[in-house]
Amino acid sequence: AHKEDNPQKLLDMNRHTPVPHSYDYDLIVIGGGSGGLAAAKEAAKYEKKVMVLDFVTPTPLGNSWGLGGTCVNVGCIPKKLMHQGALLGQALQDSRKFGWQFTEEVKHNWMTMTESVQNYIGSLNWGYRVALREKKITFENAYGEFVGPHTIKATNKRGVEKLYTAERFLIATGERPRYLGIPGDKEYCISSDDLFSLPYCPGKTLVVGASYVALECAGFLAGLGLDVTVMVRSILLRGFDQDIANKIGEYMQEHGVSFIREFVPIKVEQIEEGTPGRLKVTAKSTKGNQIIEGEYNTVLLAIGRDACTRKIGLDKVGVKINEKTGKIPVNDEEQTNVPYIYAVGDILQDTLELTPLAIQAGRLLVQRLYAGSTSKCDYVNVPTTVFTPLEYGACGYSEEAAVEKFGEENIEVYHSHFWPLEWTVPSRDNNKCYAKIICNIQDNERVIGFHVLGPNAGEITQGFAAAIKCGLTKEQLDSTIGIHPVCAEV
Amino acid sequence: GKNEYDLLVIGGGSGGLACAKEAARFGRKVAVLDYVEPSPQGTKWGLGGTCVNVGCIPKKLMHQAALLGSAVKDAQHYGWNIAQPVHHTWSVMAQAVQNYVKSLNWGHRVQLQDKKVKYFNMKGRFSDPHTIHGLTKAGKETVVTAENIVIATGGRPKYPTHIAGALEYGITSDDLFWLKESPGKTLTPFVFNVSLECAGFLTGIGLDTTVMMRSIPLRGFDQQMASLVTEHMESYGTKFLKRCFPTKVEKLESNRLQVTWLNTDLGTEETDSFDTVMWAIGRDPDTETLNLETVGVKTNSETGKIIVDASEATSVPHIYAVGDITEGRPELTPTAIAAGKLLAQRLFGQSSELMDYDNVPTTVFTPLEYGCVGLSEEAAVQCYGSDNIEVYHAYYKPLEFTVAERDATQCYMKMVCLREREQRILGLHFIGPNAGEVTQGFALGIKCGATYPQLLKTIGIHPTCAEEITKLHITKRSGLDATVTGC
Repeated sequence: AHKEDNPQKLLDMNRHTPVPHSYDYDLIVIGGGSGGLAAAKEAAKYEKKVMVLDFVTPTPLGNSWGLGGTCVNVGCIPKKLMHQGALLGQALQDSRKFGWQFTEEVKHNWMTMTESVQNYIGSLNWGYRVALREKKITFENAYGEFVGPHTIKATNKRGVEKLYTAERFLIATGERPRYLGIPGDKEYCISSDDLFSLPYCPGKTLVVGASYVALECAGFLAGLGLDVTVMVRSILLRGFDQDIANKIGEYMQEHGVSFIREFVPIKVEQIEEGTPGRLKVTAKSTKGNQIIEGEYNTVLLAIGRDACTRKIGLDKVGVKINEKTGKIPVNDEEQTNVPYIYAVGDILQDTLELTPLAIQAGRLLVQRLYAGSTSKCDYVNVPTTVFTPLEYGACGYSEEAAVEKFGEENIEVYHSHFWPLEWTVPSRDNNKCYAKIICNIQDNERVIGFHVLGPNAGEITQGFAAAIKCGLTKEQLDSTIGIHPVCAEV
Repeated sequence: GKNEYDLLVIGGGSGGLACAKEAARFGRKVAVLDYVEPSPQGTKWGLGGTCVNVGCIPKKLMHQAALLGSAVKDAQHYGWNIAQPVHHTWSVMAQAVQNYVKSLNWGHRVQLQDKKVKYFNMKGRFSDPHTIHGLTKAGKETVVTAENIVIATGGRPKYPTHIAGALEYGITSDDLFWLKESPGKTLTPFVFNVSLECAGFLTGIGLDTTVMMRSIPLRGFDQQMASLVTEHMESYGTKFLKRCFPTKVEKLESNRLQVTWLNTDLGTEETDSFDTVMWAIGRDPDTETLNLETVGVKTNSETGKIIVDASEATSVPHIYAVGDITEGRPELTPTAIAAGKLLAQRLFGQSSELMDYDNVPTTVFTPLEYGCVGLSEEAAVQCYGSDNIEVYHAYYKPLEFTVAERDATQCYMKMVCLREREQRILGLHFIGPNAGEVTQGFALGIKCGATYPQLLKTIGIHPTCAEEITKLHITKRSGLDATVTGC
């Protein structure tokens, strides 16, 4: 961190035209999520005057949450904790084979889990409020929208409006779940925005969608003992390696999740009110005229997320967005077409929607703006993990993408099924865990894709991602000794 | 005359079997001799060596049993209703583990058969550089000759024979995994990773366990990490008797064992009774009955291990050695396997690739696991000087510990780097759940010459423990608080 006593000089250094106006703030961040908070905290390090605006428009069912964004409140954090709850259910079964004895009947209490998870999230919300205060970042729980050059209007819960000006703006408003646009969707269906704080057990659930959100939620709900069905329009995990996506689906099916493929809901009606109530779902085949009906306690929509960019006044300042997707195109320095307005996180066009990426991009952006850095965020070979019951970690190209980019004859795929040692004694599946690496033959067999399906996939994949960043080749992989006995040595 | 076999391997463990199977791939005539001398307590086992029978495999499975005990406790915080009491039955676990190990013995037998490797269940000794005399349990002798011989007999646990009663009444890891009945209240004197790992899982399944250490734990490992590991075990319930060493073991009328020891701090003699005393003072190379002197294979006078060069060759042409028996090599299954395979490839496959023993990753499977690769902080300081290295570190809390209300005081990681511009990573140390899984990929990175800046450029996977490694930025030098705070 460099403490510059001449801001003018700093601006010159960064090749920005010095501005004669005196603004309320150096930087206003719209959106207090992963990207926004990271950027704000970084800017405060360089003694900039920063404001963060964060506001959660309640869900159709009236649900809302505190500071921290999607990840903390309705994303990664509660998802992983509930996934852990489901894994522990499996661990209870395994433990009997390892000699642990307790009553046959073991039931799960949704409220106990949800309360613990929400308490933890509350502590994170609180932690962020404190951190912003300590770093002297002004925080307003208000909805921000542009009203003119360098000016935004902040409207709080009670409708009180205030105007603020800033030299620069960072849009980090993220996304919200999409609805189907069918009768009954907003009245009776829930989304991931509601699931993690649902004040009653969801019961028999229909999950609509085949995104990682859909599969992760369906996965842990089933793991907690609920009757779960997933309705899929076409393929699973679009954009991910399809070979692995199918293995994930197969595994879930073998472990109690029902799939209805090639159908879409056309109507949701309420049969009975309650917590949960009873809902009737009517669905139509994508391949013909067949209509089916089903009864569920809960319908969870997970068909995708829409960027929160349509109602923040971007037209007033001329920021271009992709009209179809709502996403904002930026250059490789996260700058929009308006030079003093930047964007990071899920709202960016053509990037992976991941917390660590948003954080990294936000931090590096601020370092470039205020600390004379030239480092740009590296969007290549970003690792990710899908926390389905059988976890999937990946970094780099999927097999299809590699074939398309390099040609089938120029890539080599090495693969292996493996049986985690911990699964042997409890007699769990011996041919489901799987790992594959994709190498570019023409580039010294450089590893361009890494995929692992098995327990702790995230922990395994992280290190490999670092190695891939170092230009890992197959030869180096072969010559590295494995740690025994772990899954990662495979 | 012609030798009967192209390759004879003495010792059917990790290194030996890997070498034999690889040689068979090249169409060679290969034989393996494997024999298990029963332990002083009478325990013996099948084909596969230490790792499979009395090492890594049963150890990790019993470690898993202990971890599952913690999982049962955690589960209740996550909403699972489990009626108390919850208790553990040794015999259910032991039988499950032993059955699995036996299936592996069987698997190895089948594999050798499939690959047309001849298997002799015999104890071998040299009569000349190409001739081995093998003796079966029944006393029948067979002579086998081979062009090349690989010694891979591994090691066996040491007994402190100078301590009265140690041999008669104590057991070792050779016996622990095959016990039919619970070991009960257990004492494990001296502290190598074996004893810590065993003490850890014994505590985890509910047994009263005490570790006795004369000086430092985990000699050879990074000492800061070693103390965090033992600190955790202490808070986990394992008792530690520090700076003590046993002087005698006696049997009581009740069949329990009375152990007397000297507390070097207080200078007093203390005593207590236990059901089991398990020695873990190190392992001796299994070379005594091989008759190495006859053929002139040189061993290290202090350790007794076989001296080999970078190509695993001993002092006698055509005689090689791999695995725990070799001097100066890590005592790990994967290195033995890799060395055995490469040796076979050099002998029969026209390869010239030598084994790279640098930056071998390993994991200690204590209740809170410790994974590491590369240099310890002490070794790095010694090698480069403390001014030339930078240590990045962090205390973190695994997400899953939050709801489970588990103590994460010892969840810690550090990266030792060169200080000069490139900042190459010399060593990585991680304590936390799934340490092996976390460490493996980074070991690869270090093999590729990873630098600190490259690590920082790697985006983390969220939420995991491993991602904290990509976010390390507080140095020890700065003296700043290294606790990770929030997202």
